Amino acid sequence: MGPEKITPEMFDRLVVLAALGLEEGEAVYLREELNHQLAAVKELSEIQVDPDVEEKPHGLDCLGANPRKDEWVAFPNPEKIRALAPEIQDGMIAVPDVAKISGGAG
Amino acid sequence: MKFHELNAREIASKVRSGELKATEVLEKTLAHIKFVDGQPGVLDGVIRSAEEENKVHAFIEVTESLAHQQAEEVDRKVNAGQNPGLLAGVPISIKDIFCIEGIRSTAASRILANFYPPYTATTVEKLQNAGALIVGKVNLDEFTFGSSSESSAFQPCPFNPWDPTRIVGGSSGGSAASVAAYEVPLSLGTDTGGSIRQPAALCGVVGLKPTYGRVSRYGLIAFGSSLDCPGPLARNAADAALMLQVIAGLDPRDATTTVVEPVDYLAALDKDLRGLRIGLSPDYGHIAYPDFETGEVTYEPLQDEVSQSTRDAAETLAKAGAEIVEGVPMPNSRFGIPAYFVISRVEAASNLHRFDGVKYGYHTSKPVKDLNELYRLTRAEGFGNQPKLRILMGMYVSASQHSANYYHKALKVRGMIRNDFVQAFDKNGKYAIDLLMTPSTPTTAFKRKAIFGNTVLMQYSDQMNVCANHAGIPAVTIPVGFDAKGLPLGIQFIGPDYREDLVLQAAHGYEQATAEAAWRSRRPVVLGQGKEQA
Repeated sequence: MGPEKITPEMFDRLVVLAALGLEEGEAVYLREELNHQLAAVKELSEIQVDPDVEEKPHGLDCLGANPRKDEWVAFPNPEKIRALAPEIQDGMIAVPDVAKISGGAG
Repeated sequence: MKFHELNAREIASKVRSGELKATEVLEKTLAHIKFVDGQPGVLDGVIRSAEEENKVHAFIEVTESLAHQQAEEVDRKVNAGQNPGLLAGVPISIKDIFCIEGIRSTAASRILANFYPPYTATTVEKLQNAGALIVGKVNLDEFTFGSSSESSAFQPCPFNPWDPTRIVGGSSGGSAASVAAYEVPLSLGTDTGGSIRQPAALCGVVGLKPTYGRVSRYGLIAFGSSLDCPGPLARNAADAALMLQVIAGLDPRDATTTVVEPVDYLAALDKDLRGLRIGLSPDYGHIAYPDFETGEVTYEPLQDEVSQSTRDAAETLAKAGAEIVEGVPMPNSRFGIPAYFVISRVEAASNLHRFDGVKYGYHTSKPVKDLNELYRLTRAEGFGNQPKLRILMGMYVSASQHSANYYHKALKVRGMIRNDFVQAFDKNGKYAIDLLMTPSTPTTAFKRKAIFGNTVLMQYSDQMNVCANHAGIPAVTIPVGFDAKGLPLGIQFIGPDYREDLVLQAAHGYEQATAEAAWRSRRPVVLGQGKEQA
């Protein structure tokens, strides 16, 4: 059986979920490359893995320090962070109306 | 010897002793950068003249005023009899994926083209505290997504100093090019799937990927958070060891940094090669490549000169006292790239969700009707094709209906790849090797634009490197000569957890054994003949 293929419809859905917008030529190229990459990973889905093999979120077991306490620490210069935002209102980061996304459902 | 050929240890020694002023080092370095680098990478930039075709274009920005402040501080400390640090007066370039407070940090992306971070990466802070001169930010693939540096939104991208019609590799391409062209003796790069070692090899310099967690990722703009490793690029193993000495160590701001104490990496270089068991694996003698239509895998040979240079290097190491162990099996190495395609894309997609045009970075100038449209337009205009592709792939293979076949399978395959190394390095095992030696790349540097756009073939140029990232273990590439076209060849040493000292020892041992080799007197064409500055 050949590798999985992403159809134009599936691709369009993926683009929406990814919060992206694509020009037509860009979409054709990206879908083709995506399908090539799926061909490259096809063999992964076919490998028989011993049930004893564990998933490894990291290659080696991290020997990190004990996790620090979950305590809020103020950034020393919050105004520097606010200064990066494209739009500020009353000292807060401003965003467009969110309600319109869900048709005003609130 | 010309000034720009001084290595990092020589510069630091002369500055610390007062023989050379840091400000003088900086002045000469900036003059040399001006001579070889040409126009910097800018958004939508184009080559402005024929002369620029023979320049390096490693830099996005030369941070002259920052470096001046640092040089003056080093000179002040020397004059006052204070310790100016291990890297006193050493010019260093920084891959533009690390944050430096007040210095534009772009990730070579339009979406961060005007981002001035409010804090500095731990690695950069450590370099500065050790007396280094941060002379600029160097170019890379957009968000590090690539293996040729061509995907940068800041053009021209870096050109290979040995043949400017060819790629520098990537993603730390600007780092490798700036070191190869003698603009700086050291650069700070990152390696997620080979991004230090592959460009270092293609540009004929040393590149070290430390063990995951050996060096802090705080202040590094993330790609694959379980894979990313900051590390040095240098012209010799001892300079790489010097830089690692400075940047290694536990960081309270990065919970994945290790509590395993760094050792004295420079002292490790005093040991010779006698008794070291160095393995060769037939599984690193070819690349496994998929057919796009069927998904079936075929095996392609490496470039002949690449294979030959590895055999020659093994002979040299054996003459110097190392024991070469042939036939070490690495059966799961063929899954390195497929597993990387999945794990790295899932992590990249997750990390890229933060770029939304609200908190920082690019923000669409078009009118928007709601927040969703702001996200979509900002990301559409701000990201290039490679980030978009990685987001889409990452979301697909981690979706609930696909993740068992792809993402969760890839995490298990990562364990199988690691087990190959664990068994090979097992002191009670059949092979009991100290290090594995492989070619650094399947080919030497290819022509610019030859592969760019074919994201699968481009990814396979990292096949020799990526398994060390999956396993989390250290690896170093070193130059071993040139092919018939005059392009650099490299070999790679891969070692067990936290044994950067061992890979550096082998690298240094090879350098000592070949110190008089004729190829070591070659210089990159961008330096010209008898035209060098300083």
